[in-house]
Amino acid sequence: MSEQGTSQGAERARHLGDVENTVAPTRDTVQVERAAAETEHAGGGAAGLMSGPFGRNLGLVVALLLICAAGLITAGDRFASLDNTLTILRFASALGVVAIGMTFVITGGGIDLSVGALVALCSVWATTFATQTMATDNHWIVMVFAALAVGAGAGLINGLVIAYGKVVPFITTLAMLAAARGLAEIISERRTQIVTVDGFKDFFGADVLGVPLLVIIFALVSIAGWVLLNRTTFGRRTLAVGGNPEAARLAGINVNRHTVMLYVLVGVCCGLAALMLVSRTTVGSSTHGSLWELDAIAAVVIGGTLLTGGRGTIVGTVVGVLIFATLNNVFTLNNQDTSTQAVAKGLIIVVAVLLQQRLARNATST
Amino acid sequence: MTDSPLLTMRGIVKRFPGVLALGGVELEVRAGEVHCLLGQNGAGKSTLIKILSASYQPDEGEILWEGQPVALGTPQAAMDLGISTIYQELDLVPDLSVAENIFLGHELSRGGFSQRSETLRRTRELLARLGHGEIPATRSVGRLSPAAQQIVSMARALSQDTRLLVLDEPSAVLDQGEVDNLFRVIRDLTAEGVAVVYISHRLDEIRRIGDRITVLKDGSTVATGLAVDQTPTSELIKLMTGRSIEYVFPPRGEAVPADAATVLEVEGLALPGVFSGVDLKVRAGEIVGLAGLVGAGRSEIIETLYGARRASAGRVRVNGKELRRGSVPAAVKAGMGLCPEERKSQGLLLDQAVYRNITVSSMSRFSRLGLLDSRSERKRATELTESLDVRPAGVDRLVRLLSGGNQQKVVLARWLLRECRVLLLDEPTRGVDVGARAEIYALVRSLADSGVAVVLVSSEVEEVLGLADRVLVVREGRVVHEGPATEIDESRVLDLVMEGKVA
Repeated sequence: MSEQGTSQGAERARHLGDVENTVAPTRDTVQVERAAAETEHAGGGAAGLMSGPFGRNLGLVVALLLICAAGLITAGDRFASLDNTLTILRFASALGVVAIGMTFVITGGGIDLSVGALVALCSVWATTFATQTMATDNHWIVMVFAALAVGAGAGLINGLVIAYGKVVPFITTLAMLAAARGLAEIISERRTQIVTVDGFKDFFGADVLGVPLLVIIFALVSIAGWVLLNRTTFGRRTLAVGGNPEAARLAGINVNRHTVMLYVLVGVCCGLAALMLVSRTTVGSSTHGSLWELDAIAAVVIGGTLLTGGRGTIVGTVVGVLIFATLNNVFTLNNQDTSTQAVAKGLIIVVAVLLQQRLARNATST
Repeated sequence: MTDSPLLTMRGIVKRFPGVLALGGVELEVRAGEVHCLLGQNGAGKSTLIKILSASYQPDEGEILWEGQPVALGTPQAAMDLGISTIYQELDLVPDLSVAENIFLGHELSRGGFSQRSETLRRTRELLARLGHGEIPATRSVGRLSPAAQQIVSMARALSQDTRLLVLDEPSAVLDQGEVDNLFRVIRDLTAEGVAVVYISHRLDEIRRIGDRITVLKDGSTVATGLAVDQTPTSELIKLMTGRSIEYVFPPRGEAVPADAATVLEVEGLALPGVFSGVDLKVRAGEIVGLAGLVGAGRSEIIETLYGARRASAGRVRVNGKELRRGSVPAAVKAGMGLCPEERKSQGLLLDQAVYRNITVSSMSRFSRLGLLDSRSERKRATELTESLDVRPAGVDRLVRLLSGGNQQKVVLARWLLRECRVLLLDEPTRGVDVGARAEIYALVRSLADSGVAVVLVSSEVEEVLGLADRVLVVREGRVVHEGPATEIDESRVLDLVMEGKVA
């Protein structure tokens, strides 16, 4: 029996595989962080909930403010205008939706490397000549259904292979990354597909009270994600499955089914993000969402979600996404090339995670 | 044994956020003695040995090594002095070989190249010295039995120049023969002048192996340097608990009536290579105990009937309704609950709050349209933890921070909340101290009295005989005896377990 116990432990360790090591908070740091979270929460109630995540996100907020300060100094009013703020948010929105989905998968002990490719595939599928003809003949909502269904379907395949095929998430979604990107190229014949359906363009391009709909969608998805993770049975199960899959299973949770649902969820997020990206760029393309998997994972991780599963924060993810979007904006306003930006991004990831760990440690020692 | 102390700890204080883990501990260990550390769960034993191995730093107090003050700043510093600790949860790397584990961190190498044959030779030597020459030096540790893994841990300690060996509940995973061997090894070591700090809940073991005893209670030393042979057990229990426990097992009360409904019915259950042809009937209000050696298939039987393993043959019925094979959710839905053997790795979400661990199997009760009402969750959890006397109180506390006995109560509370009809208990008191044990026994009995059917697995024969109404003896995957607990005694059970026939 105990032999089974250890082999399951080992399987779990392998399950997380290399991914775990890339961020590599040592076991002790993780425990310290968790203990810190505990002490913050110890009071319970509203005050505890407000102070807990806030304390952990402090490093992030500081980083965001620093980038904003840099933007103010280097670009002045061009940075600090309402228009530019909306530009940043519009830019962040599609990736943000993907990162929310990613937060769930990672909290549930998995990883999804195929999100960028799925965004491409969904964007292409929703904008093929056939789909657009159908949309013109019937209703533009056809395009929405196409994107969401393709995302959900691909997520379902990921989930089934991982949960029932027992293939590690890293490999499964790596395979999906290759296959989905390839399929997108085949379908689109590597051409950009221009959106001609006016209803679609009008709907997604609309402003509500001066705020672009894309930004509103991102906000709604964030709120829904927060409620789902923190206030529902589904969220609680996600934490349990990610924290200790064996204990979750023996407590009666259908871990396999839950795992499948997590990948379907992130797939649907990819479908929605694809629609947002199509609206912003006015085309569907097999090059959409390139390297988004890394951006999404980076945002989730600097946000404070444990890459080993069992703890997740939507607020952290949102701030993480905003940090990268603002950074991109500041560099663009200063006409800096993307290479410099990539270096800055790398630095921010490391500094943000280091800061968080330092804060967590201080919280325990006092 | 010399009279000058090898190790002296004075006034050790350790604080964690919101908790005073140690509030002034005294300990004095002499070379060549077996010094037993006694105390209930949560008394501070684990914290103390973590200070000794330098995993934790004390906030106050001093540590003397051969009379000289030392600072145990890093685990390496403790190791350099010759302090080795073998934890309850062994810290081995499952995918590395026995030899690699033993020399992990102090690999034998020359010019950067590892000396493989020398490593293997020394490994075999160490294993032979421990009386386990049969453990293959090249096998990966994950494939060894828990007992063999423990031997590897000890070999690891001996591979360095150990002068003080700390053993944290070493017998918890061992059967009788293995415990005898462990004691022989300990005797050999003490004869060579090694000091041993031995932690165990089993008082009979302490009687057999211990020289002196230090008792901890609530983070403080309540008695130190007691000679084992001059201290009666009742005195020890009194020191540990602050009260005396006369009867550990609750009275059985009236026999379960023959016409009580059969709640759990198992027919011809089999798991290839582990057990086969297991029949079992448990009536409402009855406690059925499974006795047998570690590895005889006891745990596997209850895990299989719970659906955690997929049976190759057989039927499991709860209240007459047949369960789908290999489905835990189906079993839970039918009213079963399992308190698994490995509490930490299988039973609990260690980094989540107590209340979440309790409500995890009954979440639908607290949700409306999927939204959880965490206020009523906390309220119900608080009621349960209060009635089970879980300490320290507070349902927002992380389960990780509770002691073993209190963690077990949390798992039990989960199934109490679920109002399960069949409760499966796998080693319910492993790593649980005497006081909490009595409480858990009483709780299990009162559950049975309320009509729950209980199946109990334990490697402590005394526990099975004392708590169960009916006993099944399992040997090599087969039930070799079945009968009322009152009609069989410990030595007969042991005979059955060993021989498969009544001597």
